[in-house]
Amino acid sequence: MATAHDFRDNRTKLTAKKGWTAKVRPNGVFMATGILTLLMLLPIAAVLSSLFDTGRGSLRHLASTILPDLVFNTLGLVCMVGLGTAIVGTGTAWLVSACRFPGSRFLQWMLLLPLAMPAYIIGYAYTDFLVFAGPLQTGLRDLFGWTRNDYWFPDIHSLWGVSVMLVLVLYPYVFFLARTAFQEQSRGLLDVARTLGRGPWNVFATVALPMARPAVAAGVALALMEAIADFGTVQYFGVQTFTTAIYRTWFGMGDRVAAAQLASALLAFVFLLVALEHWSRSRQAYYDTSSRALKPQPVLLRGWSAVWAFVACALPVLLGFVVPVVILFDLHFDGGDSFIGNRLMVYAGNSFLLASGAAVIITACAILTGYCLRRSSGGAGAGLVRLSTLGYAIPGTIIAVGILIPLGAFDNWLDGVMRNWFNVSTGLVLSGSVIALLYAYTVRFLAVANSAIETGFKRIPLHIDDVARTLGRTRRGVITSVHLPLLRRSVLMSAAIVFVDVLKELPATLIVRPFNFDTLAVRVYQLASDERLSEAATGSLVIVAIGLVPIFLLTRFADNRSGQISNSATIKLPQ
Amino acid sequence: MSVVNSVLNRRRFVLAATGSLVGVLAAPAIVRAADEINLYSSRHYDTDEALYANFTKLTGIGINRIEAKADELIERMKAEGSNSPADVFISVDAGRIERANQENLLQPVQSDVLSSRIPQHLRHSDGSWFGFSKRARIIVVSKDRMDPKDAPSYESLTGEAMKGKVLIRSSGNIYNQSLMGSIIAAHGSDGAAEWARGIVANLARSPKGGDRDQIKAVAAGEGDVGVVNSYYLGKMIISDQKAQREAAEKVTLVFPNQADRGTHVNISGGGVARHAKNKQGAIKFLEYLASDQAQEYFAAGNTEYPVVAGIPLPSPLDTFGDFKEDKLNAQLFASLNSEAVQIMDKAGWK
Repeated sequence: MATAHDFRDNRTKLTAKKGWTAKVRPNGVFMATGILTLLMLLPIAAVLSSLFDTGRGSLRHLASTILPDLVFNTLGLVCMVGLGTAIVGTGTAWLVSACRFPGSRFLQWMLLLPLAMPAYIIGYAYTDFLVFAGPLQTGLRDLFGWTRNDYWFPDIHSLWGVSVMLVLVLYPYVFFLARTAFQEQSRGLLDVARTLGRGPWNVFATVALPMARPAVAAGVALALMEAIADFGTVQYFGVQTFTTAIYRTWFGMGDRVAAAQLASALLAFVFLLVALEHWSRSRQAYYDTSSRALKPQPVLLRGWSAVWAFVACALPVLLGFVVPVVILFDLHFDGGDSFIGNRLMVYAGNSFLLASGAAVIITACAILTGYCLRRSSGGAGAGLVRLSTLGYAIPGTIIAVGILIPLGAFDNWLDGVMRNWFNVSTGLVLSGSVIALLYAYTVRFLAVANSAIETGFKRIPLHIDDVARTLGRTRRGVITSVHLPLLRRSVLMSAAIVFVDVLKELPATLIVRPFNFDTLAVRVYQLASDERLSEAATGSLVIVAIGLVPIFLLTRFADNRSGQISNSATIKLPQ
Repeated sequence: MSVVNSVLNRRRFVLAATGSLVGVLAAPAIVRAADEINLYSSRHYDTDEALYANFTKLTGIGINRIEAKADELIERMKAEGSNSPADVFISVDAGRIERANQENLLQPVQSDVLSSRIPQHLRHSDGSWFGFSKRARIIVVSKDRMDPKDAPSYESLTGEAMKGKVLIRSSGNIYNQSLMGSIIAAHGSDGAAEWARGIVANLARSPKGGDRDQIKAVAAGEGDVGVVNSYYLGKMIISDQKAQREAAEKVTLVFPNQADRGTHVNISGGGVARHAKNKQGAIKFLEYLASDQAQEYFAAGNTEYPVVAGIPLPSPLDTFGDFKEDKLNAQLFASLNSEAVQIMDKAGWK
């Protein structure tokens, strides 16, 4: 094992000698990141701009009525989803990467499957099964002759119910980042800990877990932002959060100012969370070394510990994927979509095109922001990148409206100019186009791609850049011949997850899309909003099936190639 | 990793990326033909496809559609401004179409067909929008456990006898907001607030799920009386799923307030967009929606009540029987929407 050393010192020396500076200066990368960040903030600004208008005082009304509930529910959701995804995601990631037990290799990729399950669909599936009128409770009542006051049954339509649903579909974000982190950890480091007399669980708690903390934090942050932005599920479950309140004030009371005020409170809260996490880590540093570390030797589990490990890893897959899929199949065979066949194929084609287009564009943007972050090592560049990913915490509808406003303004301005100068009307160029849709997806999902790519960049030691430069590569040469090949796995990871997210995305697709352009998610929404769940089951199953494709490719790729890239380790040193 | 390998892969990657990008951008290119109308609609029923296809067959005018929630369509029209491609805006409730009108997104039209066929209380006074189908906010009671006579009105649901028996969905739902608007109109703000508190006090469970869920819950015995839209009950009765039909069979329909103002009725309505490029086509389309043929589609396909008098009701609407409807102008209860939401918030109606 190579000794841990602060390569940043080396880097400084090298820079001094070679005379090229890593100082932040207005070069292409920062300009491009700056422009990207502006584009990402534009829709948020468009919505928040009405903050300064005079409202109708709905906020005062809210404060005296439902605000305490909103705060309690939103905080409760954040705590439960944060804790739940952290425990499930990190625990399972540790088990499958550090231990071997029957089924562990299989479970390693099965654990990603709930990613393909949209939160609103798992919500529909479980409520249909678990509510008072559902098959389970009806069966119990028939069996024991109970009526409604004779027994207690947990009410799934509640804060804990919606939290469980969200944990089940969001823990994979933590899982995939944590698993990568665990797999990259050097065996030597863990062995040292074992030699010093620590047991395997102790090693997990005192060495592996603290080293994986940035990855876990990034995953939990993604899960939380998704949970905060969720509208469909919380609305269906009758849990009032900040997001439902934004809808209520804006659309129910027609008070856009109050909606903007609530949205900015939500944003401030997200900011605070991110800042808290960064602050709590600020006294620690995580260093990459390029030691030729051996892959950690998995611990072989036997007997009961193997059984418990299997159960712990199988349960999230069972509850987050298998059970809802079985319920959906049951619903599908009960009713099913009358459009099954060609129509559904067209929808699937549209979904697929949007998802793959977005995957390419958003991953490319994330490579840019990731590179900017690498070059800036804190400071202005890092600030820009953090700002550019805020859209993930904003409800999709708000982003969508925020996109419509500037695009509409631009189109009308262009039309005015063209009429004045050439007497030609251009009408709407960007509004209602696929470009607008892809823009909306980028604002919404850049954060996801960014965390995958950023993790990838962090695994490439900075001095590799210096070496490549010393060997005569230009900066661009370093990116194309060093970074991109090393990032390949992260790029695939980012593309796969963005693909699945866009496939599931509903509100922005619904409102920004062109005429006569339906996707699977839109189809499922239309049936579900007419409360035709068994018809909606068919489209939901197709969404899940298509979502499985990139997840499958990803796991195949990750399994085959992981040895090639993971030649670095993360070592935590006290400062 | 070898450099050759990575270059090859990169090239393949770029190729695939460009390919899919071009595909995505070219896919939905819609060139607007001369005789087409563009619909911004919040209706989302499969049965409407036949309705639209029939219009194209009759007039030769094609229809392009964007279907989304009304609130968001309104925001889209606002953002698109004078270049908005929308010719017709359609909502599934009076509240939203009146909001579109107040946002100055609709234009008044004069049509003898529309003003003679559609009753006055179901359209805007200056012709900005027209109702084309009705949904009654009905009461369903358990066949086994409650006498329909005990729930004759919305007001009866707040009585002491109803404690722990009432099922109704969330106050975020527009149909409840419109109903609340009609209660404000009937009893004033204070009376309406008292009614909302009474409902909340009598709930069998905190509000959740959709209208079908309330019917299913009454059937299963979670509560004994529910408030739902008539067309959901109708669609459950004609559903091809046994469970839906069975649940619908376990409830009795009550048209509330027959002894006084009548049952609250909401509309699905449409209007010509302010910046419509094909205004003539748009008017033709609205007139078509008021035709006998189209009115029959609404009733048969989606079990909505026609607005035009004399249209024969198909099954199961014919078995529901005639009822007296609250003639309160849709324009009025729609304008009370914001106050309705505030009252429900204060009452703790989730």
